[in-house]
Amino acid sequence: MPETTYREAVRDAMSEAMRRDESVFIMGEDIAEMGGSMGVTQGMLDEFGPDRVRNTPISEMAIVGAGIGAAMAGMRPIVEIMYQDFTTLAMEQIVNQAAKHRYMSGGQLKVPLTIRTQGGAGWSPGAQHAQQLEAWFVHVPGLKVAFPSTPEDVRNLLYASIYDDNPVIFFEHRTLYGLKGDVPEEIEPVEFGKARIHREGEDVTVVATGRLVHEALAAAEEAEGEGISVEVLDPRTLLPLDEDAIVASVEKTNRCVVAHEAVVRMGFGAEVAAIVQERAFDYLDAPVGRVGAKFSPLPFAPIMEEYVVPHARDVLAAIKKTVGKN
Amino acid sequence: MATAEKKSHALAPDTLKDFLREMLLIRRFEEMVEERFRAGELPGFLHVAIGQEAVAVGVCRALDDGDVIASTHRAHGHTLAKGTHPNELMAELYGKIEGCSHGYGGSMHLYDVERGNLGANAVVGGGLPAIVGSALAFKLRSEPRVAVAFFGDGATNIGTFHESMNLAQLWGVPAVFVLENNHYAESTPAKQQLPIDDLTKRADAYGMHAMKIDGQDVEVVYHAAKKALKHARDGKGPVFLHVETYRLTGHYIGDPQVYRPKEEVRELRRTQDPVEKLRSALELPDGEWEAMEREVAEIVEGSVEFAKAGTDPKPEDALKNIYA
Repeated sequence: MPETTYREAVRDAMSEAMRRDESVFIMGEDIAEMGGSMGVTQGMLDEFGPDRVRNTPISEMAIVGAGIGAAMAGMRPIVEIMYQDFTTLAMEQIVNQAAKHRYMSGGQLKVPLTIRTQGGAGWSPGAQHAQQLEAWFVHVPGLKVAFPSTPEDVRNLLYASIYDDNPVIFFEHRTLYGLKGDVPEEIEPVEFGKARIHREGEDVTVVATGRLVHEALAAAEEAEGEGISVEVLDPRTLLPLDEDAIVASVEKTNRCVVAHEAVVRMGFGAEVAAIVQERAFDYLDAPVGRVGAKFSPLPFAPIMEEYVVPHARDVLAAIKKTVGKN
Repeated sequence: MATAEKKSHALAPDTLKDFLREMLLIRRFEEMVEERFRAGELPGFLHVAIGQEAVAVGVCRALDDGDVIASTHRAHGHTLAKGTHPNELMAELYGKIEGCSHGYGGSMHLYDVERGNLGANAVVGGGLPAIVGSALAFKLRSEPRVAVAFFGDGATNIGTFHESMNLAQLWGVPAVFVLENNHYAESTPAKQQLPIDDLTKRADAYGMHAMKIDGQDVEVVYHAAKKALKHARDGKGPVFLHVETYRLTGHYIGDPQVYRPKEEVRELRRTQDPVEKLRSALELPDGEWEAMEREVAEIVEGSVEFAKAGTDPKPEDALKNIYA
């Protein structure tokens, strides 16, 4: 079980697929010589050459659209969108084109395209380089959405995304790139729609995504010191979503907190709360708690950024409120 | 027309008659679509390309079998010219399973992947980036295939057009950009939406090889398309084919066309009808023309019968084909 970083794990998944399969290639801004703005594609140009590690103009709608066209013509492209804030520029291509070609063609086409992007607060990038926009994409039939939180999951899920015959929006969290973890030698693709329970518990289920998985684990550790047993569940893919695992966990713990970095209002957590009340209402001993960013753009000043986005202490407060110990 | 393409050599009369028959089929098919729409039989938004038939036939007849196209909201002509049977097209307009998109698409989303039609697009300029990507796939795999995008003058104002032209030229992919310049973006005339007179300059801005041609003469379109496709197929990069054409009807069926004088349409119908132009150039005897009309009418009427007898999807079929 060699230790690797989240960043290396992303690179490993792409490189392994590209070694195995000529139809896989990657394109994006600054990904070749520079190795990507986050260093994820470093070294890939040397191994695979400029045809398969393609630097692009700053041209999000064209590169996403080119990915769609290449996918429809039998390739398995990976498109890197440097910051997820910039997916806004490609929204038409993602929502109207990638997500709908299969449907509008009555099943004639498939679009095996992976759009990797990253984001998140923590480094004070400000309002246009730190948003978490995953809720926009889980609203669109035809897309799949992944948001892994550990090196092992990011590698195995990305590999699965590349070989999925549907367009996948693949979210990486910027502050996790340096995170180290043990990763098995062999890639085992993770099935979409299968949650991972990071920690078992009895009193409350925390459904967390991305960076908040780690904040939730820290909060769970602290809660244990106060006699509260917390289960931490990471859906890993938001679309499809492992509703059964969430419901089963809540049926066991009778309480639920949802935690993500994106703003609470209309966030992914709202859907989880709705699913839990629909399917496990009789099991609930408390309202579903929601943890997320305050309803604000991401500010620049570190003091304000720290205030807007959630941390372990916010998850802990929600846990305690839910179990009636605040 | 600085880079006007002249007819380099004449096509055989039989080939031209075949083109005429195809153009007439598209014309009568679309007239039938108008009629059936007005009769209340066809759901959805319908845009006919009456007057632009020579572009569809001239370009599509110049394609090789492996070439692919992306079309626009005005897609009936491209779809028929690319080989979809009129029955399958009409069935789609009636929302039947037998339709070329199996009832999931409609007039603005006509697909026929087996025949290289990667789809009509209801978002202006929406299909252009994918054509760059398909062309890239052909280039990466060293396949002698070309990807062709149709779009109108209105699309040359949207970002996807500019980003696609830029990327295609930068990467030298085998793509042909067919601008069907009918001088109106829906209702908005050129002078209200285009700051330049000659849209060929838009290709110059990207260093892309461009040709400007008369789109009402199918022979001219065919020869120009052949040249453009050869250029792309030979690895010399993409081509911008600027085709001057005219829409002899409204933007959509039922469009009262308050934005242009009635005299303009009358004059265009008199002077710029590509079907009439080819018919008179061929000096087709009346008997032969009437036989062609009868043959085409039979096909078009047959397509309506086929469509009406088609199978309605089940409501819950709506939940299929969302994911592969």
